[in-house]
Amino acid sequence: MQRFIFCFICLALFSCNRHYYTSKIEGKRLEINYSVEADSTINAFIRPYRNHIDASLDNVLSYAPETYSKKDGDLNTAIGNLMADAVYAESNPIFNKRYSKNIDFVLLNHGGIRSIISMGTVTKRTAFEVMPFENAVVVVALKGSQIHKMIEYLSVAKRAHPISKQLQITFNDSYKPLSVTLKGEAISNQKTYYVATNDYLYNGGDKMDFFKSNEGVFILDYKIRSVLIDHFKKTDTLQAKIDQRFIRKQVN
Amino acid sequence: MKRRNFIKQTIATSTLTSLGGLGLDVLTSPSVKKVTILHTNDVHSHIDPFGPNDGRNANKGGVARRASLIAAIRKENPNTLLLDAGDIFQGTPYFNYYGGELEFKLMSMLKYDAATIGNHDFDNGIEGLYKQLPHAKFEFLSANYDFKNTILNGHVSPYQIFTLDGMKIGVFGLGIELVGLVDKRMFKETVYLDPIEITQDMTRLLKDDKKCDLIICLSHLGYEYKNFPKKVSDLTIAKRTKDIDLIIGGHTHTFLPKPTIEKNSENKTVLVNQVGAYGLYLGKIDFYLEYGKGPTSQSTTILV
Repeated sequence: MQRFIFCFICLALFSCNRHYYTSKIEGKRLEINYSVEADSTINAFIRPYRNHIDASLDNVLSYAPETYSKKDGDLNTAIGNLMADAVYAESNPIFNKRYSKNIDFVLLNHGGIRSIISMGTVTKRTAFEVMPFENAVVVVALKGSQIHKMIEYLSVAKRAHPISKQLQITFNDSYKPLSVTLKGEAISNQKTYYVATNDYLYNGGDKMDFFKSNEGVFILDYKIRSVLIDHFKKTDTLQAKIDQRFIRKQVN
Repeated sequence: MKRRNFIKQTIATSTLTSLGGLGLDVLTSPSVKKVTILHTNDVHSHIDPFGPNDGRNANKGGVARRASLIAAIRKENPNTLLLDAGDIFQGTPYFNYYGGELEFKLMSMLKYDAATIGNHDFDNGIEGLYKQLPHAKFEFLSANYDFKNTILNGHVSPYQIFTLDGMKIGVFGLGIELVGLVDKRMFKETVYLDPIEITQDMTRLLKDDKKCDLIICLSHLGYEYKNFPKKVSDLTIAKRTKDIDLIIGGHTHTFLPKPTIEKNSENKTVLVNQVGAYGLYLGKIDFYLEYGKGPTSQSTTILV
């Protein structure tokens, strides 16, 4: 009898198309913090790698009086301004020496700022954190008409892509250009301008296609990270500020 | 490698179980089984915890701590999968000095089961990624990158099915459009295929042909693009496809305090989760599976 019931149950189970179904889901995130003890095997495995890198990176180069983040600011940020101005200051002497020309301004990308600069000591490690990529400075010769395309791009992007202080861009509240000047002068369509950027953007990164129609490109073979390291070495205390170079202005 | 063998063995034994002893199995084993999915994304070479002086994330993160947490969870539930949604590389000098070797070795020690490929995983070129593959004892999954004409041909699978205690979990990978994001010289002849169409193919295969009990999409598409609603994101995939249970995302560094619950094209529930970046958090989703003629996913209890 028992055997019969068992077989019956088995048959019943097979006959009604059984499968796994989800009856409950629980989801949460677990913070990784000091309350979790570190695995000693993993730590021991990392140690020789860490020691090698630390020896090379922890010399103090400069000091940051506050924490700078690319999230602080509307269309210009302290950290973006610092980077763009550093690229200008460090690259122009090289460009001028090699080609007897001057950089007009610098354009970088907001996404290329990969970390904050924390308040406190600034080291070679800081430069690696902010600019871990191997991207290097290139100077692109662009007609004024292409500079206008760049402004259109920035108007659509609505992001704090870093520009150096020589350029002044004012948008209205809905990101339409009100004025664009370079060292106080309007951009002329026929004139050629020398724009320093990085090779990622020159090659179409972040869809900055306005770099494609150019009058020539000058490869400086100078990494953005090296620019930052050189800038930190020369600067006792960082002076990064949000300013008026790229802003939105309410018009009535 | 040992782990992969173990999984393959499980597949073999579980097939036997389901053919031979199904009825008995159901009668004797507890009726509810738990599958735990652990996940990270955009760890960006953050191997050490942030230092005590970091302006935003002081003393958080760290692979060695993550290892302890994962080991404890696995001990509690052996039916656990550990997944990463890409951008393993780039972000600390560990990557600049060692090219991703340490990242892959540590992920292997933590017994990651699979990862998808993020845009930054091409940062040392497709050759740079290929060169580090021997250090990774886990699978790379991407269904919408066609690597046929690249050095990665044959080294990346569109999907993988993991069998845990008789339950089949299908995982497939999705990557973001590379043009305009990654230098062409880096990704070479990698072809990006439409993620929505590919997802429809994948779910058909994993659900209808392979009879998976859970389907997980491991995505580096990004959570949502509010300013560019036409750009395909995890939320787009969630709403416009069917049969996915969980989308694990990355790319946008979105710190979701809890998984987002969406409705798919059949008005069924799909979860979307992302744990920001840098290994500050570990995502944990527990699926409770019952064997039976059960209800549809609409009546699933979701606690988030």
